[in-house]
Amino acid sequence: MDMKNNTEQVTGSEALLRALVREGVDTVFGYPGGAIIPVYDALMDHMDELNHILVRHEQGAAHAAEGYARASGKPGVCLVTGGPGATNTLTGIADAMLDSTPIVVIAGQIATDMIGTDAFQEVDFTCVTQPICKWSYQISTPEEICWAVARAFFVAKSGRPGPVVLSITKNAQVGMTEFRHEKMDYIRSYDNDPEIDITRIREAAAAINAAKRPFVLAGQGIELGEAQAEFRAFVEKGNLPFGSTLLGLSVMPSSHPLNKGMLGMHGNLCNNVKTNECDVLIAVGMRFDDRVTGNMSTYARQAKIIHLDIDPSELGKNVPVDIPVLGDCRKTLTMLTERLVKVDRSEWIDSFRKYQDEEYEKVISRELQPSGDTLRMGEVVDAVSRATDHKAILVTDVGQNQMMAARYFSFTEKRSIITSGGMGTMGYAIPAGIGAAYARPDRTVCVFMGDGGLQMTVEEFGTIMEHRIPVKMILLNNSYLGNVRQWQELFYNRRYSFTRMTNPDFQILASAYGIPSRRVIDRKDLRDAVREMLETDGPFFLEACVEEEENVMPMTPPGNSIDDMLMEC
Amino acid sequence: MEDNKLYTIIVHSENFSGILNQIAAVFTRLQVNIESLNVSASSMKNVHKFTISCKTTAKNIDKILKQINKKLDVINASCYTDEDIFQSEIALFKISTDEFQNWEDTSRLLRGYNTHIVEVTPEYLVVELSGSGDDIDSLYRELDRINCVRQFVRSGKIAVTASSLEKVNDLLGRRQKRYQERRMQFPAEGQSCSLVRYGDFITDNQK
Repeated sequence: MDMKNNTEQVTGSEALLRALVREGVDTVFGYPGGAIIPVYDALMDHMDELNHILVRHEQGAAHAAEGYARASGKPGVCLVTGGPGATNTLTGIADAMLDSTPIVVIAGQIATDMIGTDAFQEVDFTCVTQPICKWSYQISTPEEICWAVARAFFVAKSGRPGPVVLSITKNAQVGMTEFRHEKMDYIRSYDNDPEIDITRIREAAAAINAAKRPFVLAGQGIELGEAQAEFRAFVEKGNLPFGSTLLGLSVMPSSHPLNKGMLGMHGNLCNNVKTNECDVLIAVGMRFDDRVTGNMSTYARQAKIIHLDIDPSELGKNVPVDIPVLGDCRKTLTMLTERLVKVDRSEWIDSFRKYQDEEYEKVISRELQPSGDTLRMGEVVDAVSRATDHKAILVTDVGQNQMMAARYFSFTEKRSIITSGGMGTMGYAIPAGIGAAYARPDRTVCVFMGDGGLQMTVEEFGTIMEHRIPVKMILLNNSYLGNVRQWQELFYNRRYSFTRMTNPDFQILASAYGIPSRRVIDRKDLRDAVREMLETDGPFFLEACVEEEENVMPMTPPGNSIDDMLMEC
Repeated sequence: MEDNKLYTIIVHSENFSGILNQIAAVFTRLQVNIESLNVSASSMKNVHKFTISCKTTAKNIDKILKQINKKLDVINASCYTDEDIFQSEIALFKISTDEFQNWEDTSRLLRGYNTHIVEVTPEYLVVELSGSGDDIDSLYRELDRINCVRQFVRSGKIAVTASSLEKVNDLLGRRQKRYQERRMQFPAEGQSCSLVRYGDFITDNQK
């Protein structure tokens, strides 16, 4: 097909699909409906270049696009109809906004002359989505399509990435236009690559060089900015120990000696203690979320805080920052590294050991070598991580399964954790896992979930069945909404208000969809079951029946200082 | 609790539909009431200017500015105190002639405020006052005392900055220059698309 700009008249739908191809899109997650039929009709002529995956619910399409984006670094695309099809993607859009995930949601809309009449499936989607996305725009004429698509992709992936929403009216889909598409790389009102203030770089480098007890917080910004190598050079040259946010866990291999694990409420004790002991705290591409900081009034008060971020609205938002370093961290990290001097910090780095040992003794050993008969969540996660040689992409749902997976899964490759951090969206895992599997067919995708979250998007079993998508799903089944139950146990006198789940037989459910599955109850079967899961071609559903009332430890109770963690209960 | 203060925010944005909504939503999110709002074209082509005043805390105003600045089609949002700007407001008073005539110092009152009479009919007169918000408040109070105000409307504050630097022009110029330098350094595959309206974009392509 001639993809060059020419004066040939094509329909808006055709222009839309050609523009998507020009933007490098190869996979689209979607669901047809009345207001998007013309685009779906045109799609039949582009099946060789656009792989459309029919999901079973539009929320699944949005999360699949997120999973695709997070695994590949390219914007994920989702195509839905107007009205309910569009509003079903809202959770995914809001999720992508909070986690800076580049997705482009294309939704049908009724014809322009019908808008405002409360027509069938009319929703003012642009207005509804504006507060929860980076840019939302309604395409009302076919001439706007190429411009809007180019702008959408530029906005979604540049600067601090995020979701973009395009509503496309039916008349724009069927009207004729010339196909003129050029990629966009500049919007005058939008600074996607802020100017770096060299004074700040000098100040930050001097502070780090003078630091006796520096500690680095690694966030997802490093993955989003593709600055993993620059980050590694930075911490290695400066001998800087670091902890990662949930979304930043795979920026460096878990086994790296400077990598001290996860930050925050269920993070590693040493990191939270050292946050409140360090003299210089260097935050890179993270946003001091309340799950990371705990009680803000006692958070790192003693430290000089340096914050590297590309988004000016993050600097000083949650914690007062001494040296804000605005800019793309791939550049700012390089500039800082150049100015670092080698300092021996072995005593400071060794001081983490005491807290690592304490956590190992009180928490980790009990999780990985439990004394009881019933399976524990941590040992299941550990078994899967080991069996994949720590090379898999980890996708999690939300809740205890998420925290346990984050704590006990190990990483060797970048872009290996896909989880809903900011929104905490239950039901995220299965569709996000589908997206990840399409983005990285060369990698194993392990999807952890609980029995609650599984049932929120279980309809996507149908998508997995249809395409034999090779997602390795691991259900940590405790018959509870475990995280809420844990809070009820610890802070609400064990009053288990509506957290007990009466569940279906998940094995029968998986088999109804033709997904190979296995249930593990005994510890002695765990390793073999994991082996079977990984050796089976295509999807697999592994159900681990774990201890019902297990708690994720350690834990910083709400309101506590971040280093004041419960180690056991 | 932190005290509320009156702030004046000036926002420059592209002239797209829906920007006002996005800016207003920032105030809604923080439950801050807008005291007055004026939107008009600016001296720059396709750039709109919003003058917003609101009473809130210093902490909130910082969040408000950051969130407005974050909107894609907002060029710049800044906050000013009274010393940083020249500001003015227009009010129209529709005054009943009856009550008004019975009052002795009428014309002196209106002259004292430097008002301008726009319309006179047997039933009412329309008086215009432009000046500070305080002057308008004060005239309203005096007229209201004799119970003659039938209608009253004020435009909301408009302001220009006192600084000799034109911040928004400079900002746009700097961005454009940086972009062009980057393009010289790394010629990208696509072409520059610096214009904001699809119509302009298409015209530009056809040149």
